Amino acid sequence: MAESQASRVSMTLDSSLDSVDRVEQAAEQLAKAAGIQEDDIYRITMAVREAAVNAVLHGNAYDPSKHIHASLENTGTSLVIRIADEGKGVDLEKLPDPLAPENLLRGSGRGIFLIRSFMDEVHFRHLHPGTEMTLIKHLDTK
Amino acid sequence: MSLKLSTRQVDGITVLDLSGRITLGDGSVKLRDATRDLLSKGSKLILLNLGDVNYIDSSGIGELVSAYTTVRNQGGELKLLNLTKKVHDLLQITKLYTVFDVKDDEASAIASFAKT
Repeated sequence: MAESQASRVSMTLDSSLDSVDRVEQAAEQLAKAAGIQEDDIYRITMAVREAAVNAVLHGNAYDPSKHIHASLENTGTSLVIRIADEGKGVDLEKLPDPLAPENLLRGSGRGIFLIRSFMDEVHFRHLHPGTEMTLIKHLDTK
Repeated sequence: MSLKLSTRQVDGITVLDLSGRITLGDGSVKLRDATRDLLSKGSKLILLNLGDVNYIDSSGIGELVSAYTTVRNQGGELKLLNLTKKVHDLLQITKLYTVFDVKDDEASAIASFAKT
């Protein structure tokens, strides 16, 4: 289900890869509507996709009884995307550094790093239960 | 766009031509299965042509790394060919550009493999 206002979209979705695609597409539409350059649209949509994957895969662990909640908003000065899961919650701040030599050849663990690389601000909030990630991209309003 | 794969042999090297997206789910699984299939058939010298891969997510990057280490662990070589700018930038950001042997010309890539 989705409700859309002028510049804000909210969604509650199943814990599935289809949901990841839907959130990614919504982010792409939001970024395009904001007039953002193509390279930045790519970075924003990838960051949002990674956050949605994190919620579905690591947060809810594909549990069909749990949902992910996404809101995507253009505040006029920033794009603000919030994605929350209903999982047990993980301390995302303490993930191993994927750039450390001992981690370079690991097959996973780069999602949060990419999100931080591509967005201007990334915040985490513990819910009860779950984790909410807020991704912010400042708009060039000059 | 889902991932499409096709293989061809060039001077003893298996070239795996990929097009589409390598992302969590379909794309990553297809790449993993293709790599395992090649190794099971004894093809250990593999050139991944990524010229038509327009999108890779962190899962896809992980799958590339896993393919690289799996092939190396079996005494083979896996190299990358024709990176798009987006994929190139992604490998730079993740510091994997120096891990992979990246080529931009197929003929010289084929010639660079250590053939026995």
